Amino acid sequence: MFPIVDARLLAASVKQFRVAAPEIAEKCKPGQFVVLRTHEEGERIPLTIADADPSAGTITLIFQEVGKSTMYLGKLKTGDSILDLIGPLGRPTHIENFGTVVCIGGGIGIAPVYPIAKGMREAGNKVISIIGARTKDLLILEEEMAKVSHVLKVSTDDGSYGYHGFVSDVLQDVIDEGDPIHLVVAIGPVPMMRVVCNVTRGKNLKTVVSLNPIMVDATGMCGACRVSVGGRTRFVCVDGPEFDGHEVNFAELVKRQRAYLDQEQQAAKMFLHPGDACAGGKSG
Amino acid sequence: MTEPTEKKKKAQIPRTPMPEQQPKVRARNFDEVPFGYTPELAKLEASRCLQCKKPVCVTGCPVSVDIPGFIWLILQEDFRGAARKLKEMNSLPAVCGRVCPQEDQCEKVCILGKKGEPVAIGRLERFAADFEQKQGEFTRPAMASPTGKKVAVVGSGPAGLTLAGDLIKKGHKVTVFEALHKAGGVLVYGIPEFRLPKAIVQAEVDYLQKLGVEVKCDMVIGKIFTVDDLMANGYDAVFLGMGAGLPTFMNIPGENLNGVYSANEYLTRSNLMKAYLFPQYDTPIARGKKVAVLGGGNVAMDSARTALRLGADEVYIVYRRSKKELPARIEEVHHAEEEGIQFHFLTLPVEILGKDDGWVCGMKCQKMDLGEPDESGRRRPIPIPGSEFVLEVDMVVVAIGTGANPLIPSTTPDLKTNKWGYIIADPETGATSKKGVYAGGDIVTGSATVILAMGAGRKAADAIHKYVMGEQARSGEQGA
Repeated sequence: MFPIVDARLLAASVKQFRVAAPEIAEKCKPGQFVVLRTHEEGERIPLTIADADPSAGTITLIFQEVGKSTMYLGKLKTGDSILDLIGPLGRPTHIENFGTVVCIGGGIGIAPVYPIAKGMREAGNKVISIIGARTKDLLILEEEMAKVSHVLKVSTDDGSYGYHGFVSDVLQDVIDEGDPIHLVVAIGPVPMMRVVCNVTRGKNLKTVVSLNPIMVDATGMCGACRVSVGGRTRFVCVDGPEFDGHEVNFAELVKRQRAYLDQEQQAAKMFLHPGDACAGGKSG
Repeated sequence: MTEPTEKKKKAQIPRTPMPEQQPKVRARNFDEVPFGYTPELAKLEASRCLQCKKPVCVTGCPVSVDIPGFIWLILQEDFRGAARKLKEMNSLPAVCGRVCPQEDQCEKVCILGKKGEPVAIGRLERFAADFEQKQGEFTRPAMASPTGKKVAVVGSGPAGLTLAGDLIKKGHKVTVFEALHKAGGVLVYGIPEFRLPKAIVQAEVDYLQKLGVEVKCDMVIGKIFTVDDLMANGYDAVFLGMGAGLPTFMNIPGENLNGVYSANEYLTRSNLMKAYLFPQYDTPIARGKKVAVLGGGNVAMDSARTALRLGADEVYIVYRRSKKELPARIEEVHHAEEEGIQFHFLTLPVEILGKDDGWVCGMKCQKMDLGEPDESGRRRPIPIPGSEFVLEVDMVVVAIGTGANPLIPSTTPDLKTNKWGYIIADPETGATSKKGVYAGGDIVTGSATVILAMGAGRKAADAIHKYVMGEQARSGEQGA
């Protein structure tokens, strides 16, 4: 059991947990993730490690309530525990002094970008960060990102805060300014990563994306998370989660992410309205 | 002891069948197929055993269970005594009684099998183990006094659990590290409930914990700790028993379509995550109506029978050789046939076809002919030109075998592996190229059987015991 030592609301339906997991806190590196299971009937879901404090023995997880499992998780409070927490998983981000790195986070994707931006800064890079959300209320980690970035640009799709438009538009502006960029790291919803890659492809700007396919064990034994990268099948949980964005087959990834949409909707509905007919035997 | 006439009489008693669920009924539920022997049936079957003075059945058992001994105790109605006798040599009798290929082991060499049918050793083993589990009373076996030595076991499958059971009895402190959230390895994520109820595996794991074995789940060795970390953290020896869990795909077009599973994923969702109980359990699973399972081993049979229980109308086993070459146990093939699984022999999938939404809608196959035997001794399948056809399916499970997960070798530089990534270990001791590190089971041999993994665990336990006890044990060995 892994106790939640601090649970707080970051934005509408976005929550941040600090969880006691001393061994994971000690070992994890930027770019890695955990898989968790909240209760005996629960499923295993992956979440990126947004931060770690080895001295306190805690890791930080940030998640958006998008379905049954994240809503269940969101109901947990400070002092509650997570049944299973497995990690650190995946390959760490390749961090070195590249020169100038642009770190782009979209929506909940800002959470995984934060430790990478921090790591890139510590490695001596000039860090230009671009973060964006659909609307102002969904924007997270602005202060934290400001601390680890030399330049921070913010955008919202609806213009309610910062630049009115997408992070890819802001990136285009940064590129147009003409200063050399050595690496772009983009994490967020697939359409966002895809558009960012389209922007950087023409300029031949190396772009790293972090993929979020469906996972089960996340240790390389099942292939649920497989994606096509450069025409080869790779397992995101062990070969990734980060890949060269110019090589990723995003269309396939989007289709695979939607494989269980019906069941996901059914589970979420039952969780929100447990009294409905044909609801399963479990309470929230 | 037994008179020849009496022997003949015994040989004339027919092998006692085990009551089981009717095929039509069981094909739609996940309950165990056979009900097991009643005490009366067990005694009847036990009475067939000739109690050979030199029992060859024991030599057929990879962990050398005293077979006539436990069968005699069943005949005496000392069922718990029979279970204890089994547990002298086998930490997981309820499992082995169910999943061992006895026809290739103990029962293959049973004298009665020469002229008639062998004693149903597996069924009797299962009966005694189940009887003891149902009684719920825990009997502690003879335990050596603590040695102060610590052994880390990586993986809680059959090899690791057997080794842990042996070493704890020898007085060592044993910690088992398991990557998944439940212990048991393939026994919990791979073999379905209808062949091996998970409560039985859990009871066996509980038993080991009562003996003092520490089981730490959610620990991915190679990530949270490396093997070197374990050695540095005070473990005197490490046993690697993490199996061969890397799924193999066909590498044909369309394999990343929705509705295409590796057998590992399909069975893990169903068995470990209980997706067949969705939405009571949260993990979803696709419920195909026409399902193709590629491969012909036990895992293919398990996948096919699972698909049927998840509501498929038609399930096809697609296998590139003929029925004779099927690597699955005859009993499993028989069960699958009884339940209505259809077999497409001499058929090779060449492409999986999909719809615009990314889901499977068919599979292009090619008919095969059998040519000359290949290195494995099986006749090589050769494509018949112009024989392509499309099998209409909405789900595909790829069950063509597994490989070695590179996680531990890649983080343990001085651990030697062969060209397929399996760990090189001495077949007699399990010793690897790294001092103090032993390995056994599928991670050494490639995919094999539960009982062979247990045998490897047993041998490595003996070797580790000698290793950690150092000179003391070595001098004792010379005296023996």
